[in-house]
Amino acid sequence: MSSVHVSPLSTYLTIFTALMVLSAITVGAAFVDLGSLNPVVALAIAGLKATLVILYFMHVKYSSRLTKLTVVLSMFFVAILFAETLMDYATRGWLNYVPMGQ
Amino acid sequence: METPVYPAHNYLSNGHGLKSWLLTKDHKRIAILYLISISAFFFLGGLFAVGIRLELTTPQGDLFQPDTYNKFFTLHGVIMVFFFLIPSVPAVLGNFLIPPMIGAKDLAFPRINLLSWYIYVIGGIFTLFAIVAGGVDTGWTFYTPYSSASSSTNVAATALGVFIAGFSSILTGLNFIVTIHRMRAPGLHWFKLPLFVWAHYATSLIQVLGTPVVAITIVMVFAERAFGFGIFDPQRGGDPVLFQHLFWFYSHPAVYIMILPALGVISEIVSTFSRKRIFGYSFVAFSSLAIAVFGFIVWAHHMFVAGITVYAAMVFSFLSFSVAIPSAVKVFNWSATLHRGSLSFEAPMLYVYGFFGLFLIGGLTGLFLATLGTDIHLHDTYFVVAHFHYIMVGGAIMGYLGGIHFWWPKMIGRMYSEFWSRISAILVFVGFNLTFFPQFVLGYMGMPRRYHMYPDEFQVLNVLSSGGAAVLGLGYLLPVIYLVYSIKYGEVAGNNPWGASGLEWRTQSPPLTENFLEVPTDIPEAYEYTPKVIREAKLV
Ligand code: HEM
Ligand SMILES: [Cu+2]
Repeated sequence: MSSVHVSPLSTYLTIFTALMVLSAITVGAAFVDLGSLNPVVALAIAGLKATLVILYFMHVKYSSRLTKLTVVLSMFFVAILFAETLMDYATRGWLNYVPMGQ
Repeated sequence: METPVYPAHNYLSNGHGLKSWLLTKDHKRIAILYLISISAFFFLGGLFAVGIRLELTTPQGDLFQPDTYNKFFTLHGVIMVFFFLIPSVPAVLGNFLIPPMIGAKDLAFPRINLLSWYIYVIGGIFTLFAIVAGGVDTGWTFYTPYSSASSSTNVAATALGVFIAGFSSILTGLNFIVTIHRMRAPGLHWFKLPLFVWAHYATSLIQVLGTPVVAITIVMVFAERAFGFGIFDPQRGGDPVLFQHLFWFYSHPAVYIMILPALGVISEIVSTFSRKRIFGYSFVAFSSLAIAVFGFIVWAHHMFVAGITVYAAMVFSFLSFSVAIPSAVKVFNWSATLHRGSLSFEAPMLYVYGFFGLFLIGGLTGLFLATLGTDIHLHDTYFVVAHFHYIMVGGAIMGYLGGIHFWWPKMIGRMYSEFWSRISAILVFVGFNLTFFPQFVLGYMGMPRRYHMYPDEFQVLNVLSSGGAAVLGLGYLLPVIYLVYSIKYGEVAGNNPWGASGLEWRTQSPPLTENFLEVPTDIPEAYEYTPKVIREAKLV
């Protein structure tokens, strides 16, 4: 708790560069049409970037196990949000009703 | 027994003048600041309810324009949910009581505690501005596409107010979590904590995990209105139903933010007056956590007819039934506690008895709504309105008022009129049922919510409901009078007027700013009401 971790500047620069490169890849990927994989790729890159920020910029990598547990548990709730929302969206195609006017 | 004297030094006498209040870091004074501000909002929300009930005494829409009526129910909902019920028990009673209950001098972050009150006030001002600027008419749920694309009222200002108030709620939750983890007196381990503290811990988890989601969702509506993002616009690949998913991901758990702390209050009152340890303590403790977690997986039961797929609906329906289990655990365990306890009829207990009946009806009608087939008939009718009022008003506000009456002597150091407090508890119970029971029937017969006109045959029940609302309103006004009166003229209460076993009752009434002169060391078991303890501690 009291021991404050100080990362060297080089770590921050490396992570910053990585984030910039990933941003460039995101922009690049927007020009390639991957069909239904488009959002998957975009979210995967965004997730990776968020992970880097959380681990290094927010110092979770060097924090206590309780802090790590807290982060993991929060991610669990994010997972609930995504999974259960997808329960709706992913099954929308299963219904074969005819939209109005068609 | 010697007559108690009012202590000359206490947190109320420690500093005078407005400044000493507005810059205070004392959790007890901040609790009082919250008490005053949420009461003001409760009054304002109540005024809108008066408008609604007046309009509905006749089938014609003769009192207000339809647009005005829409604004009335919207503002009523926004104010009651975000500016009264969500802060109510935690920000007032939790703030005041968690530190003394765990033997601490204050919360972990006293400044953040004060900050949370200021943030709340700023959020409130935005919402008041929205009202003065002409109101808002989306309903408290802000559903898209109406809120994002159509409504020309002050959606942005209101949404911003709610967004800001959300941070106040997050900070309070954070403060409680850290406090409960780190500030407990030595020897006070988790299973000696009062269930009130467990309930607040669970509530805080929801506040911290859920509120950011609704905040972001509000920002999206904002962005959609201001910059045309298209997140909720099908023409640009968006989906209005996505809003409902995100909104209810927070707002179903939020209903537990409102009820869980009240459930904690009930546990304290029940055990004190029945002079018994809560039956199945650990079940009740863990049921709070279970409610917090289960609360996050059931949200789409609000959306069964909104266009989600039947497959998702089936799963959500099933899960919604599961959330009833931990609530039922609590009710059964309280009943078991009362069984062969020494029943009594002081005002706090009267609120608790009222709570039992109303919470039971509210919870069970939730199951009707969680059932897919019946919900298609009942959705968006007055049945839903009755359901959630039974829980939020009949449950949460009864718990809140019970708690205020229970701890008032601790907070102020004086007793209120026993006679009038009983009268008001009875008025609230009778008025409540008269107001909301007819609404179950109306909804079942098919009266939709959120309209200012209705067919003639619904009039009798609507008039009953409006009449009941008048009784209920009286029941809420009375405590304001006798409680305020007691501040000056009430009998001196003494440290422990109810003979309760919790640590907070070991402080003087009203407590010192530091609560305890020394950190308490002989920590009792929770709810230790063995004959020996009662005799030795003279718990009467
Ligand atoms: C046994 C547990 C519960 C179940 C199964 C349940 C179920 C439901 C369902 C299915 C609905 C949606 C009905 C519809 O719109 O057609 C609903 C609405 C609602 N419930 Fe509950 N409920 C429960 C407990 C609670 C609690 C504890 C609260 C509040 C403290 C609450 C507050 C609300 C509110 C505010 C609404 C209406 C929201 C709106 O549309 O404006 N419920 N409930
Ligand atoms: Cu719900």
